[in-house]
Amino acid sequence: MTLAPHEQLPDHDRPPDPQPVAARVRRARTAPPWWFALPALLLFAFVVLVPSVRGVHYAFTDWDGLDPDFSFVGLDHFSEMFHDADAKQAIWHTLLIAVSITVVQNALGLLLALGVDTAIKSRNVLRVFLFAPAVITPIVTAYLWRNLLGPDGAVNSLFGAMGLGDWRQDWLGSPGLALWAVVGVTVWQFAGYSMVIFLAGLQSVPREVHEAAAIDGAGPVRRFWSVTRPLLAPALTINLMLSIIGGIKLFDQVYALTGGGPGHATDTISTLIYKDAFTLGEFGYSIALAVVLTIIVAVVSTGQYAVLSRNERAAS
Amino acid sequence: MSRYRPRTLALELTMIAVALVVGFPVYVLVNLALRPASDTSSPISPTTSPTFDNFTQAWQQGSLGGALGNSVLVTACSVVIVLAVSSLAAYPLARVTARWSRGTYLTFLLGLVLPFQLASLPLYQTMRDMGLLGTPWALVLFYSGLQVPFTVFLYVGFLRALPRDFEDAALIDGCTPLQGFRYVVLPMLKPVTVTALVLNAVAVWNDFFTPLLYLSGSAQQTMPVAIAGFVGQYVTDWNLIFAALVISILPVLLVYFLLQRSIINGFAGGLRG
Repeated sequence: MTLAPHEQLPDHDRPPDPQPVAARVRRARTAPPWWFALPALLLFAFVVLVPSVRGVHYAFTDWDGLDPDFSFVGLDHFSEMFHDADAKQAIWHTLLIAVSITVVQNALGLLLALGVDTAIKSRNVLRVFLFAPAVITPIVTAYLWRNLLGPDGAVNSLFGAMGLGDWRQDWLGSPGLALWAVVGVTVWQFAGYSMVIFLAGLQSVPREVHEAAAIDGAGPVRRFWSVTRPLLAPALTINLMLSIIGGIKLFDQVYALTGGGPGHATDTISTLIYKDAFTLGEFGYSIALAVVLTIIVAVVSTGQYAVLSRNERAAS
Repeated sequence: MSRYRPRTLALELTMIAVALVVGFPVYVLVNLALRPASDTSSPISPTTSPTFDNFTQAWQQGSLGGALGNSVLVTACSVVIVLAVSSLAAYPLARVTARWSRGTYLTFLLGLVLPFQLASLPLYQTMRDMGLLGTPWALVLFYSGLQVPFTVFLYVGFLRALPRDFEDAALIDGCTPLQGFRYVVLPMLKPVTVTALVLNAVAVWNDFFTPLLYLSGSAQQTMPVAIAGFVGQYVTDWNLIFAALVISILPVLLVYFLLQRSIINGFAGGLRG
């Protein structure tokens, strides 16, 4: 965790400023100029803002990505989406994947953090080791897992060697399993990330509070529920936001593991955006899907932020 | 921490078992990468006659050297630009309470919510018109803008908690605002700069969607697209593919294990700066 500034700078105990008006004048004169923000603003506008606004505009046209002559089609793409089984399915998969990843990844991350934040000797090594998958390129880990989860892959071999031959499956080839394989691979990669954030939260719980609760007769479960849990709220907020938004935008894992298949069993909004634009040339429809993705991300993140920050305030 | 008891040992062994399960895919990865294609024994049994042939072949046939160079170039340039413009922008945004300042900051925050899928298709057209498609500079430009909101957010949060006496003193002593930023503010931002550096570098290095769009059909590749292309080409030759995966992972893991403390702290402290 980055150090709070007051831990690095001597914090002088100053008497209150005797001349607040003069101080305000001085502040005004020495305020950093507005043009410091200009380079960042221009880059941001060029890369994100302007194209996003144009994107929203294109979502209402029949633009094909090339032809400068395109016409306004109103809400056609959006009403088409309501009748497009693939699109509806992709939206459902996106939500299902995002919620599943969020629940499983945070549950595992919290358990790992609680296990590592103890007196065990290997805690530092385990922390480094368990976090390692999170820095590896997702497309690379996904290709690795595509082989491991294949019919003759290492996962099935392992089950066979353990006498669990019945558990062998064509993990990525069966429509009912492939989606969960995508979830599992993503959780494998990022559970350590959740763990690290929970660990930072756990370590912010002062030991004296734990000791005081123990002296007062609280057992480990009670101490977790009444002392640790409320103080973990900020870490939980960050973790939930990261995993649910990451899950909604998930692309690399699906692309590499299943390509959206078998059939359309694992297509998400992101993979449909890519396919519609670059294999079907339907840019307008593809961008309309991106608009839907944007709305989902915006609704989920603002809703989640509101709920969680209210709980955080209630807990502290 | 409490004392080491038998229960602690049981927990220790459980956690190590969990770590072994997590590490299992990496064992298989290395095991198969070292194996000649003729060896068709079970993927989990250790390879009996290890060879490095897959690595030399993957390196040459996948032109991974060029991809590695491009990845380094794109990541280094993008991260330097993002950190420079974002820290500079965060300075007035954290210090000035005028309406333009708050408005600009909120505009940046909006960027945190916009998924890049929305911007990347129209921007594709702009990049094409500018002749940047298929060059690493399209990516540098893209990330330099895309990563700004998050980085500004980190810097502003950190700056707001910093006392302003030092910069005020520097300005009164005759520094220009730019000198004050360069010599007084920037050194104080070092901890958050490390965090921002780590998070941006990992995000840019690992991104696949953007180079897939902007570099497709060109000879220029970054590591993730080179790997995807390699898998597409050698569909079933998994020993060769695994060697390529190992090559792509090695530099990342090397940097990770060297700088693990800063990297983990960067991720752990990420959103609170």
